[in-house]
Amino acid sequence: MTVQELPGAGASHRSTQPPAWSPRTDAAPLLPDPEPYRVLGTEAADGLDPELMRRCYAELVRGRRYNAQATALTKQGRLAVYPSTVGQEACEIAAALVLEEQDWLFPSYRDTLAAVARGLDPVQALTLLRGDWHTGYDPREHRIAPLSTPLATQLPHAVGLAHAARLRGDDVVALAMVGDGGTSEGDFHEALNFAAVWQAPVVFLVQNNGFAISVPLAKQTAAPTLAHKAVGYGMPGRLVDGNDIAAMHEVLSEAVRRARAGGGPTLIEAVTYRMEAHTNADDATRYRGDAEVEAWKAHDPVDLLERELTARGIIDEAAIQAVRDDAEAMAAALREGMNADPVVDPMDLFAHVYAEQTDRLREQAAMLRAELEAEDQS
Amino acid sequence: MAQALTRAMRDAMAEDPTVHVMGEDVGTLGGVFRITDGLAKEFGEERCTDTPLAEAGILGAAVGMAMYGLRPVVEMQFDAFAYPAFEQLISHVAKMRNRTRGAMPLPITIRVPYGGGIGGVEHHCDSSEAYYVATPGLHVVTPATVEDAYGLLRASIASDDPVVFLEPKRLYWSKADWRPEAPAAVPGIGKALVRRTGTSATLITYGPSLPVCLEAAEAAREEGWDLEVVDLRSLVPFDEDTVVESVRRTGRAVVVHEANGFGGPGAEIAARVTERCFHHLEAPVLRVTGFDIPYPPPMLEKHHLPGVDRILDTVARLQWEN
Repeated sequence: MTVQELPGAGASHRSTQPPAWSPRTDAAPLLPDPEPYRVLGTEAADGLDPELMRRCYAELVRGRRYNAQATALTKQGRLAVYPSTVGQEACEIAAALVLEEQDWLFPSYRDTLAAVARGLDPVQALTLLRGDWHTGYDPREHRIAPLSTPLATQLPHAVGLAHAARLRGDDVVALAMVGDGGTSEGDFHEALNFAAVWQAPVVFLVQNNGFAISVPLAKQTAAPTLAHKAVGYGMPGRLVDGNDIAAMHEVLSEAVRRARAGGGPTLIEAVTYRMEAHTNADDATRYRGDAEVEAWKAHDPVDLLERELTARGIIDEAAIQAVRDDAEAMAAALREGMNADPVVDPMDLFAHVYAEQTDRLREQAAMLRAELEAEDQS
Repeated sequence: MAQALTRAMRDAMAEDPTVHVMGEDVGTLGGVFRITDGLAKEFGEERCTDTPLAEAGILGAAVGMAMYGLRPVVEMQFDAFAYPAFEQLISHVAKMRNRTRGAMPLPITIRVPYGGGIGGVEHHCDSSEAYYVATPGLHVVTPATVEDAYGLLRASIASDDPVVFLEPKRLYWSKADWRPEAPAAVPGIGKALVRRTGTSATLITYGPSLPVCLEAAEAAREEGWDLEVVDLRSLVPFDEDTVVESVRRTGRAVVVHEANGFGGPGAEIAARVTERCFHHLEAPVLRVTGFDIPYPPPMLEKHHLPGVDRILDTVARLQWEN
């Protein structure tokens, strides 16, 4: 007896046509390239804009010097902690350079360099890490959102801001930065989904630096690449060499242009490497070997650009020296700014909780004031 | 009350183009409780937006919108559905003004239908106010009357600080003599109100428990108790003076709420009343609250929720003789 011959089998065949439904079929253009996009050291470098590349070089050298100075400040006890971006400077600089003045940057705690490259005073950028106040600048003045310590939670903010700007008819793009570990958070997913559904003018930049503190990418995700995640939301995913500032600038610019023109969000995965530990509180030798670090050292973002520009005669020894002198001056100013003891006002504890203080806070403020006066008198 | 809430949003949206309503189902459907009914039609989908189903994303996007100068009014659909948004609420919404030294206040209203008594199934009846009141930087308000539903929601939307606006679901359908054509003056956030004057003891309550307390106060007359009933209306800020004044007058106090007793708002209120009224008290401050259990299934909820009998039994215990 076959299935067709079973009693009642004929009846069940009558209404088997499922309701019409079909998935989107235009997913192919959303998929990332199989290899990270590169410009430096390839034929594509013939088309480099010398002026832009000189600017990128100067910013990279400054960025490297900034990283060194900030790390030194933690050793001197001037900063509580510093999450280094040595090795990732090309991502940080390119993110800042592709934005127009009216655009917004949404950095994570590691992205102080991007904020500095956007024009923020380094001392203001490091206030959070120094510990005198959480945010050392007015976000509206610089169009830089507060550095976000919780992972990926700033991404939905970027979406909301970009959406609001578009509703108002303003020409504003939001660029939000997150690490490879942050892509595992729910807020990453929700932000990308909202952005794609709303076609918000947002660019998501993932700096895949290999580790979420100690956990390597392979234990973070089973996706082919982080850029592949884009297709699930219906936005393009781009895979780019995060140590190649020419490639970073090109891919980010294209995404910003697309967002500005109403084309919606883009997810960019920059493949890079964190040369130093997560912060000075971390011991990177426990989870990775020297050979890996050395291999990445040979692919350093500053050296990569310096070689290319020197070979092409775009910069020479004198230009390199001038850039280094400029970086030294920046570092000296940062040292000086940080050596001044910040003045903190204990009464600030109560000043910015609500627009108007509650009775409860007034009472507690009075208690603290009395304690301070008692200390002064003793 | 439902109509008053709708009207409050409608009036706010009409007066201020930066007011945007957003959430799951708030547009075409008008919300699962129909509180946003008609707003999308009147103001367009850009100002009353059906979002993807993701509470962290909804509130997180609202943060960004507020950063850009809008006044988002977010609907969380049900108390227990708001929990995925807690990180956004606590780490960003509550702290942004403070983090930025006042440069970036977030005028967001977060509407949370809360509490039980409607026969809702699991995860639809939590009284989650203790989580909110424990978070500095948030205002927490809850109306118990139709007039307050309108007035407090208007005040919340107008506030430059984030407000968690707790809507007692079981009062959504309560009717009162309220004329929507002439809305009452907007009471500020942070003012409690004596709803019933009395001399023998004060019942301190808010939201869904107010009608229960008023009923208990009527019933208590037969026992010779003349109860005063204070409606807090705002949990943060907490209007201590109105409460203290009442308790000093009556000498006895009972705090009544649906939320679990341990670590609930009643614990804080009882402590504050004790600190400030110690010499006026004839008995310890007592509490009538939900049990310290996960919210029960609908067929058992009547045993959990503070009812008139439990309130009266507790009032009887105020005849302190130890």
